[in-house]
Amino acid sequence: MSDTDKKEQASTHKIGIYLWIWGLLFVLSFFSYMVDWYQFQGMLRWSLILFFMFLKAGLIMAFFMHLFWERYALVNVLLWPMTAIACFIFLMVAEFKYTLFTRIFYFFVGG
Amino acid sequence: MSEPKLEGIELKPGFKGMAEDTGSDQTMFKGVHWGKAMMWIFLLSDTFIFSCFLIAYMKGRGSTPVEWPNPSEVFALDAFGVPVPLLLIAIMTFVLITSSGTMALAVKYGYEKNRKMCGWLVLATAIGGLTFVGMQAFEWSKLIHEGVRPWENPFGAPQFGSFFFMITGFHGTHVSIGVIFLFIYAYKVFAGHYDQQKRGWFTSMKGNYVEIEILGLYWHFVDLVWVFIFAFFYLW
Repeated sequence: MSDTDKKEQASTHKIGIYLWIWGLLFVLSFFSYMVDWYQFQGMLRWSLILFFMFLKAGLIMAFFMHLFWERYALVNVLLWPMTAIACFIFLMVAEFKYTLFTRIFYFFVGG
Repeated sequence: MSEPKLEGIELKPGFKGMAEDTGSDQTMFKGVHWGKAMMWIFLLSDTFIFSCFLIAYMKGRGSTPVEWPNPSEVFALDAFGVPVPLLLIAIMTFVLITSSGTMALAVKYGYEKNRKMCGWLVLATAIGGLTFVGMQAFEWSKLIHEGVRPWENPFGAPQFGSFFFMITGFHGTHVSIGVIFLFIYAYKVFAGHYDQQKRGWFTSMKGNYVEIEILGLYWHFVDLVWVFIFAFFYLW
Protein backbone atom coordinates (compact mmCIF):
# COMPACT_ATOMS: atom_id res chain seq x y z
CA MET A 1 0.00 0.00 0.00
CA SER A 2 1.33 3.37 -0.88
CA ASP A 3 0.50 5.94 1.72
CA THR A 4 1.96 8.72 -0.37
CA ASP A 5 -0.58 8.12 -3.10
CA LYS A 6 -3.39 8.12 -0.57
CA LYS A 7 -2.17 11.34 0.96
CA GLU A 8 -1.94 13.08 -2.38
CA GLN A 9 -5.39 11.97 -3.34
CA ALA A 10 -6.64 13.37 -0.07
CA SER A 11 -4.90 16.72 -0.54
CA THR A 12 -5.75 17.41 -4.15
CA HIS A 13 -9.36 18.24 -4.69
CA LYS A 14 -11.16 19.54 -7.71
CA ILE A 15 -10.84 23.28 -8.17
CA GLY A 16 -14.64 23.58 -8.17
CA ILE A 17 -14.99 22.96 -4.45
CA TYR A 18 -12.60 25.79 -3.61
CA LEU A 19 -14.31 28.20 -5.98
CA TRP A 20 -17.70 27.30 -4.53
CA ILE A 21 -16.55 27.89 -0.96
CA TRP A 22 -14.85 31.10 -2.03
CA GLY A 23 -18.05 32.36 -3.62
CA LEU A 24 -20.12 31.34 -0.60
CA LEU A 25 -17.76 33.26 1.70
CA PHE A 26 -18.21 36.38 -0.42
CA VAL A 27 -21.98 36.02 -0.37
CA LEU A 28 -22.09 35.39 3.39
CA SER A 29 -19.82 38.38 4.08
CA PHE A 30 -22.08 40.50 1.92
CA PHE A 31 -25.10 39.31 3.92
CA SER A 32 -23.45 40.06 7.25
CA TYR A 33 -22.58 43.54 5.96
CA MET A 34 -26.23 43.95 4.97
CA VAL A 35 -27.21 43.26 8.59
CA ASP A 36 -25.49 46.53 9.46
CA TRP A 37 -26.60 48.33 6.28
CA TYR A 38 -30.28 47.80 7.04
CA GLN A 39 -29.70 48.50 10.75
CA PHE A 40 -31.48 45.41 12.07
CA GLN A 41 -31.66 45.69 15.85
CA GLY A 42 -32.09 43.42 18.88
CA MET A 43 -32.35 39.65 18.74
CA LEU A 44 -32.71 39.58 14.95
CA ARG A 45 -29.40 41.44 14.51
CA TRP A 46 -27.49 39.29 17.01
CA SER A 47 -28.81 35.98 15.73
CA LEU A 48 -28.09 36.92 12.10
CA ILE A 49 -24.55 38.06 12.99
CA LEU A 50 -23.86 34.80 14.85
CA PHE A 51 -25.43 32.67 12.12
CA PHE A 52 -23.32 34.16 9.32
CA MET A 53 -20.22 34.17 11.53
CA PHE A 54 -20.43 30.46 12.40
CA LEU A 55 -21.28 29.53 8.82
CA LYS A 56 -18.24 31.40 7.49
CA ALA A 57 -15.95 30.03 10.20
CA GLY A 58 -17.22 26.51 9.55
CA LEU A 59 -16.65 26.75 5.79
CA ILE A 60 -13.13 28.12 6.22
CA MET A 61 -12.16 25.44 8.73
CA ALA A 62 -13.82 22.54 6.94
CA PHE A 63 -12.67 23.19 3.38
CA PHE A 64 -9.92 25.81 3.25
CA MET A 65 -8.16 24.31 6.27
CA HIS A 66 -9.04 20.77 5.09
CA LEU A 67 -10.54 19.67 8.43
CA PHE A 68 -13.40 17.98 6.58
CA TRP A 69 -10.88 15.57 5.05
CA GLU A 70 -8.65 15.07 8.12
CA ARG A 71 -8.77 12.02 10.36
CA TYR A 72 -10.94 12.22 13.46
CA ALA A 73 -7.88 11.98 15.75
CA LEU A 74 -6.82 15.47 14.62
CA VAL A 75 -10.30 16.96 14.26
CA ASN A 76 -11.35 15.97 17.77
CA VAL A 77 -8.14 17.20 19.36
CA LEU A 78 -8.77 20.57 17.74
CA LEU A 79 -12.48 21.02 18.32
CA TRP A 80 -13.10 19.72 21.87
CA PRO A 81 -11.00 22.44 23.56
CA MET A 82 -13.51 24.95 22.17
CA THR A 83 -15.94 23.79 24.88
CA ALA A 84 -13.56 25.34 27.44
CA ILE A 85 -13.95 28.67 25.63
CA ALA A 86 -17.73 28.27 25.69
CA CYS A 87 -17.58 27.69 29.48
CA PHE A 88 -15.40 30.77 29.91
CA ILE A 89 -17.92 32.85 27.94
CA PHE A 90 -20.78 31.72 30.20
CA LEU A 91 -18.72 32.51 33.32
CA MET A 92 -17.85 35.98 32.08
CA VAL A 93 -21.44 36.75 31.08
CA ALA A 94 -22.47 36.10 34.68
CA GLU A 95 -19.52 38.22 35.81
CA PHE A 96 -20.30 41.28 33.67
CA LYS A 97 -23.94 41.22 34.67
CA TYR A 98 -22.91 41.23 38.32
CA THR A 99 -20.36 44.05 37.77
CA LEU A 100 -22.93 46.16 35.93
CA PHE A 101 -25.49 45.52 38.67
CA THR A 102 -23.12 46.57 41.47
CA ARG A 103 -21.98 49.67 39.55
CA ILE A 104 -25.55 50.88 38.99
CA PHE A 105 -26.65 49.84 42.48
CA TYR A 106 -23.92 51.78 44.29
CA PHE A 107 -24.35 54.73 41.94
CA PHE A 108 -27.89 55.17 43.20
CA VAL A 109 -27.62 53.86 46.75
CA GLY A 110 -24.11 55.15 47.53
CA GLY A 111 -21.18 53.28 49.09
CA MET B 1 5.79 12.41 2.99
CA SER B 2 5.22 8.72 3.50
CA GLU B 3 6.03 7.56 6.97
CA PRO B 4 7.62 4.12 7.21
CA LYS B 5 5.66 3.39 10.39
CA LEU B 6 2.43 3.59 8.46
CA GLU B 7 3.24 0.93 5.92
CA GLY B 8 1.10 -2.14 6.16
CA ILE B 9 -1.38 -0.54 8.55
CA GLU B 10 -4.92 -0.14 7.42
CA LEU B 11 -6.35 3.17 8.59
CA LYS B 12 -9.98 2.93 9.63
CA PRO B 13 -12.29 5.93 9.23
CA GLY B 14 -14.49 7.64 11.80
CA PHE B 15 -14.45 7.27 15.57
CA LYS B 16 -13.24 3.67 15.37
CA GLY B 17 -10.25 4.94 13.45
CA MET B 18 -9.71 7.66 16.01
CA ALA B 19 -9.70 5.12 18.84
CA GLU B 20 -7.17 2.98 17.00
CA ASP B 21 -4.97 5.94 16.02
CA THR B 22 -4.93 7.20 19.59
CA GLY B 23 -4.33 3.79 21.14
CA SER B 24 -1.80 2.51 18.60
CA ASP B 25 1.29 3.16 20.76
CA GLN B 26 2.62 5.10 17.78
CA THR B 27 2.28 8.50 16.26
CA MET B 28 -1.29 9.64 16.87
CA PHE B 29 -1.88 11.90 13.87
CA LYS B 30 -1.33 9.29 11.18
CA GLY B 31 -0.33 10.52 7.76
CA VAL B 32 -0.08 14.09 9.06
CA HIS B 33 3.26 15.81 8.61
CA TRP B 34 4.74 16.79 12.01
CA GLY B 35 5.03 20.40 10.88
CA LYS B 36 1.34 20.46 10.07
CA ALA B 37 0.40 18.92 13.41
CA MET B 38 2.54 21.47 15.23
CA MET B 39 1.01 24.34 13.25
CA TRP B 40 -2.43 23.10 14.32
CA ILE B 41 -1.35 22.95 17.97
CA PHE B 42 0.02 26.50 17.66
CA LEU B 43 -3.22 27.69 16.08
CA LEU B 44 -5.15 26.07 18.93
CA SER B 45 -3.13 28.08 21.45
CA ASP B 46 -3.60 31.22 19.34
CA THR B 47 -7.35 30.56 19.34
CA PHE B 48 -7.24 30.72 23.11
CA ILE B 49 -5.35 34.04 23.06
CA PHE B 50 -7.84 35.67 20.68
CA SER B 51 -10.75 34.17 22.62
CA CYS B 52 -9.40 35.74 25.81
CA PHE B 53 -9.19 39.13 24.08
CA LEU B 54 -12.71 38.89 22.73
CA ILE B 55 -14.10 37.63 26.04
CA ALA B 56 -12.33 40.50 27.86
CA TYR B 57 -13.96 42.85 25.35
CA MET B 58 -17.37 41.31 26.01
CA LYS B 59 -16.83 41.65 29.76
CA GLY B 60 -15.64 45.25 29.45
CA ARG B 61 -18.44 46.28 27.13
CA GLY B 62 -21.09 44.50 29.18
CA SER B 63 -20.06 45.85 32.55
CA THR B 64 -19.97 49.58 31.75
CA PRO B 65 -23.10 51.67 32.33
CA VAL B 66 -21.74 54.29 29.88
CA GLU B 67 -23.06 53.95 26.34
CA TRP B 68 -20.74 52.06 23.95
CA PRO B 69 -19.70 53.96 20.78
CA ASN B 70 -21.81 52.89 17.79
CA PRO B 71 -19.31 51.09 15.52
CA SER B 72 -21.32 51.66 12.36
CA GLU B 73 -20.95 55.44 12.92
CA VAL B 74 -17.39 55.39 14.27
CA PHE B 75 -16.11 53.33 11.33
CA ALA B 76 -18.18 55.11 8.67
CA LEU B 77 -16.27 56.52 5.73
CA ASP B 78 -17.27 59.36 3.43
CA ALA B 79 -17.76 58.19 -0.15
CA PHE B 80 -18.61 61.09 -2.50
CA GLY B 81 -19.71 63.17 0.49
CA VAL B 82 -22.09 60.53 1.87
CA PRO B 83 -21.10 58.65 5.05
CA VAL B 84 -21.25 54.92 4.31
CA PRO B 85 -21.28 52.72 7.46
CA LEU B 86 -18.34 50.31 7.84
CA LEU B 87 -17.22 50.89 4.24
CA LEU B 88 -13.51 50.39 4.87
CA ILE B 89 -14.14 47.38 7.14
CA ALA B 90 -16.28 45.74 4.46
CA ILE B 91 -13.55 46.26 1.85
CA MET B 92 -10.95 44.87 4.27
CA THR B 93 -13.14 41.80 4.84
CA PHE B 94 -13.44 41.18 1.11
CA VAL B 95 -9.71 41.66 0.57
CA LEU B 96 -8.90 39.14 3.31
CA ILE B 97 -11.37 36.58 1.95
CA THR B 98 -9.92 37.04 -1.53
CA SER B 99 -6.42 36.37 -0.23
CA SER B 100 -7.72 33.33 1.67
CA GLY B 101 -9.15 31.95 -1.56
CA THR B 102 -5.92 32.46 -3.49
CA MET B 103 -4.07 30.72 -0.65
CA ALA B 104 -6.41 27.72 -0.79
CA LEU B 105 -5.74 27.45 -4.54
CA ALA B 106 -1.99 27.85 -3.95
CA VAL B 107 -2.09 24.83 -1.61
CA LYS B 108 -3.98 22.83 -4.23
CA TYR B 109 -1.52 23.71 -7.02
CA GLY B 110 1.39 23.07 -4.65
CA TYR B 111 0.25 19.49 -4.13
CA GLU B 112 -0.09 19.12 -7.88
CA LYS B 113 3.55 20.31 -8.11
CA ASN B 114 2.47 23.17 -10.38
CA ARG B 115 5.34 25.48 -9.41
CA LYS B 116 4.36 28.57 -11.44
CA MET B 117 0.68 28.66 -10.45
CA CYS B 118 1.52 27.97 -6.82
CA GLY B 119 4.09 30.78 -6.78
CA TRP B 120 1.83 33.35 -8.39
CA LEU B 121 -1.02 32.50 -6.05
CA VAL B 122 1.20 32.75 -2.95
CA LEU B 123 2.41 36.11 -4.27
CA ALA B 124 -1.19 37.25 -4.84
CA THR B 125 -2.01 36.22 -1.27
CA ALA B 126 0.94 38.24 0.04
CA ILE B 127 -0.20 41.32 -1.89
CA GLY B 128 -3.75 40.89 -0.55
CA GLY B 129 -2.37 40.73 2.98
CA LEU B 130 -0.24 43.81 2.39
CA THR B 131 -3.31 45.70 1.13
CA PHE B 132 -5.18 44.66 4.27
CA VAL B 133 -2.41 45.90 6.57
CA GLY B 134 -2.25 49.17 4.63
CA MET B 135 -5.97 49.77 5.06
CA GLN B 136 -5.71 48.94 8.74
CA ALA B 137 -2.92 51.51 9.15
CA PHE B 138 -5.20 54.04 7.44
CA GLU B 139 -8.06 53.15 9.78
CA TRP B 140 -5.85 53.47 12.87
CA SER B 141 -4.47 56.87 11.86
CA LYS B 142 -7.98 58.12 11.05
CA LEU B 143 -9.24 57.12 14.50
CA ILE B 144 -6.15 58.55 16.23
CA HIS B 145 -6.73 61.86 14.43
CA GLU B 146 -10.32 61.81 15.67
CA GLY B 147 -9.02 61.56 19.23
CA VAL B 148 -9.42 57.87 20.00
CA ARG B 149 -6.91 56.81 22.66
CA PRO B 150 -6.64 53.65 24.76
CA TRP B 151 -7.91 55.65 27.76
CA GLU B 152 -10.47 57.99 26.16
CA ASN B 153 -12.45 58.72 23.02
CA PRO B 154 -15.01 61.34 21.95
CA PHE B 155 -17.73 58.78 21.14
CA GLY B 156 -18.61 57.06 24.41
CA ALA B 157 -17.28 54.50 26.90
CA PRO B 158 -13.50 55.06 27.35
CA GLN B 159 -12.77 51.31 27.25
CA PHE B 160 -13.57 51.29 23.52
CA GLY B 161 -10.12 52.52 22.48
CA SER B 162 -8.10 50.03 24.49
CA PHE B 163 -10.08 47.06 23.21
CA PHE B 164 -9.97 48.35 19.65
CA PHE B 165 -6.21 48.90 19.54
CA MET B 166 -5.45 45.68 21.41
CA ILE B 167 -7.63 43.35 19.35
CA THR B 168 -7.13 44.80 15.87
CA GLY B 169 -3.46 45.46 16.64
CA PHE B 170 -2.83 41.86 17.63
CA HIS B 171 -4.66 40.65 14.55
CA GLY B 172 -2.74 43.11 12.35
CA THR B 173 0.52 41.80 13.80
CA HIS B 174 -0.51 38.30 12.77
CA VAL B 175 -1.31 39.52 9.26
CA SER B 176 2.03 41.35 9.01
CA ILE B 177 4.00 38.28 10.10
CA GLY B 178 1.98 36.23 7.61
CA VAL B 179 2.78 38.69 4.79
CA ILE B 180 6.51 38.46 5.52
CA PHE B 181 6.39 34.67 5.40
CA LEU B 182 4.21 34.68 2.27
CA PHE B 183 6.81 36.76 0.41
CA ILE B 184 9.61 34.45 1.59
CA TYR B 185 7.64 31.36 0.55
CA ALA B 186 6.69 32.89 -2.80
CA TYR B 187 10.41 33.30 -3.45
CA LYS B 188 11.07 29.73 -2.31
CA VAL B 189 8.37 28.33 -4.59
CA PHE B 190 9.57 30.30 -7.63
CA ALA B 191 13.18 29.33 -6.91
CA GLY B 192 12.07 25.70 -6.95
CA HIS B 193 13.16 24.86 -3.40
CA TYR B 194 10.28 22.42 -3.01
CA ASP B 195 10.86 20.69 -6.31
CA GLN B 196 14.57 20.22 -5.49
CA GLN B 197 13.76 19.25 -1.87
CA LYS B 198 16.12 21.96 -0.67
CA ARG B 199 16.45 22.12 3.10
CA GLY B 200 15.08 25.14 4.97
CA TRP B 201 16.86 27.65 7.20
CA PHE B 202 15.55 26.58 10.58
CA THR B 203 15.26 22.88 10.00
CA SER B 204 16.99 20.02 8.30
CA MET B 205 13.61 18.97 6.89
CA LYS B 206 13.66 18.45 3.16
CA GLY B 207 11.70 21.02 1.21
CA ASN B 208 8.23 19.80 0.33
CA TYR B 209 5.01 21.42 -0.84
CA VAL B 210 3.44 20.45 2.50
CA GLU B 211 5.11 23.64 3.77
CA ILE B 212 2.74 25.63 1.58
CA GLU B 213 -0.17 23.87 3.25
CA ILE B 214 1.27 24.68 6.69
CA LEU B 215 1.62 28.34 5.72
CA GLY B 216 -1.90 28.16 4.31
CA LEU B 217 -3.26 26.93 7.65
CA TYR B 218 -1.76 29.99 9.34
CA TRP B 219 -3.17 32.33 6.71
CA HIS B 220 -6.67 30.84 6.85
CA PHE B 221 -6.54 31.13 10.63
CA VAL B 222 -5.83 34.87 10.31
CA ASP B 223 -8.91 35.13 8.08
CA LEU B 224 -10.89 33.02 10.57
CA VAL B 225 -10.02 35.37 13.44
CA TRP B 226 -11.10 38.32 11.31
CA VAL B 227 -14.52 36.68 10.84
CA PHE B 228 -14.97 36.75 14.62
CA ILE B 229 -13.55 40.28 15.06
CA PHE B 230 -15.80 41.54 12.26
CA ALA B 231 -18.85 39.99 13.90
CA PHE B 232 -18.19 40.94 17.50
CA PHE B 233 -16.33 44.22 17.28
CA TYR B 234 -17.68 45.90 14.15
CA LEU B 235 -21.19 44.51 13.74
CA TRP B 236 -22.40 43.81 17.29
